[in-house]
Amino acid sequence: MELVCPAGTPAALKVAVDAGAGAVYCGFNDETNARNFPGLNFSREELIAGIALAHRRGVKVLVAINTFPRAGGMGLWRSAVDDATRAGADALILADVGLLDYAANKHPKQRLHVSVQAAAANADSIRFYVENFGVHRVVLPRVLSVPEIAAVTKECGCETEVFVFGGLCVMAEGRCSLSSYATGCSPNMQGACSPASHVNYRQERGKMVSRLGEFTINSFAKGEPAAYPTLCKGRFATNGALGYIFEDPTSLDAAAMLPGLKEAGVSALKIEGRQRGRAYIEAVVHAFRQALKALDAGRPIETASLSALTEGQTTTVGAYRKTWR
Amino acid sequence: MSASDLSILPAPPLLILAMRPLPLAPLQPLLSFLIASIVRRHRGLFVRLGAHAGKTFGIHPTDLPFAFELAPKPDRPRLVAVRTLSKGLDVRISGPLGALLGLVNGELDGDALFFSRDLRVEGDFEAVVALRNAVDDAQINLVDEIRSLLGPLGGPFEIVFRMALERLRETHEERGV
Repeated sequence: MELVCPAGTPAALKVAVDAGAGAVYCGFNDETNARNFPGLNFSREELIAGIALAHRRGVKVLVAINTFPRAGGMGLWRSAVDDATRAGADALILADVGLLDYAANKHPKQRLHVSVQAAAANADSIRFYVENFGVHRVVLPRVLSVPEIAAVTKECGCETEVFVFGGLCVMAEGRCSLSSYATGCSPNMQGACSPASHVNYRQERGKMVSRLGEFTINSFAKGEPAAYPTLCKGRFATNGALGYIFEDPTSLDAAAMLPGLKEAGVSALKIEGRQRGRAYIEAVVHAFRQALKALDAGRPIETASLSALTEGQTTTVGAYRKTWR
Repeated sequence: MSASDLSILPAPPLLILAMRPLPLAPLQPLLSFLIASIVRRHRGLFVRLGAHAGKTFGIHPTDLPFAFELAPKPDRPRLVAVRTLSKGLDVRISGPLGALLGLVNGELDGDALFFSRDLRVEGDFEAVVALRNAVDDAQINLVDEIRSLLGPLGGPFEIVFRMALERLRETHEERGV
């Protein structure tokens, strides 16, 4: 299985390559990718240099152009497709059907992947992308169990890629409007869920209070592990009780599920976190490279403790092993 | 030691006590040279900072008796030591010295430090994110930066500084906590 690792900067790309990435995914420094954060991402020149560095080491570079173009504003997204192809990207990760159609027609030899942002979660849906745009791989949403992944992989007609570590999104990805509602900025079109421009932290009565736009998301007592300021991981008072009504602030760690994912026929394993620093990328990529070596050698997978790096400082196997709460 | 098992310890209390009465003025030339050197050697940092290079950042190592104010303008960068941070700064970042140094050196992850509550940020969060990403990409090595400024004194400085860094990076496990 290919280990697909995040890179938000050229320095992070080099760290990912050194730490054992099979492929690195990254995006341009504009609205065309779903990690459009201040100070992050690649210029055209940086992407060309990054691809050259990765290819010298036998590592692929996948370019995420996975937001949805604005009406009347297709030019930015189309030029991203053209420039990434020209730069020698090994694959483009796309979500919008119009952009997939453009890429398939304009660059018929370019390998295309369906982004998780497309929320393609069943075989019929995925086959639509395969039959109409010739996509080679789909990144599955983080809502499927391992048996469901096995069933989809068997029937969908292309490779499947699944997340194994990092931030969790349990919404219909690419269609969630919670952040748009709170900020007026769309993560699906402008590339930032809970954009930093609308985030505020302040100390109130000994607690750290996080706010997104006009909404209080959470308050953390002294020493309590903190979380990202996203509405889906907010702690709200409902019916007199305070709790996480959408999802707990926790991160995915599916190292223990690798044998099952391999058996399910999955082709690639994705680590989330283009917004994270070099230290995170080095530690997580290294840990999963070691886990894959153990898997291939038939040894038991010793899962490194990565919880100190995770949101809420706890991990879960998420939907891969579904239980009722 | 991997980044994943680092726990941040405060600087030794005796060291803090010894530093408290020291004047800040002798520190200033070193800080001015340091920021000028970083600006000269890491121009890409300002591309990533963009408009946020015009913001002011207060950096407070919570275990030191002084703080720093940073104005990373490419043409006139400014890094000064102060007893207390001024009002009106765009951003305030605070945490143990070990966490702040680890962040600058790329040995610690900013989000992880935030999750663990070792790092506290207030103010313009967009500027904080831009600075974090710009610094992480710049691959600044503070030991190298300061050693190059000190000339013949650089060697002894490096030994002392690395010892201090190691002390700050002790893990809870090593302490038996």
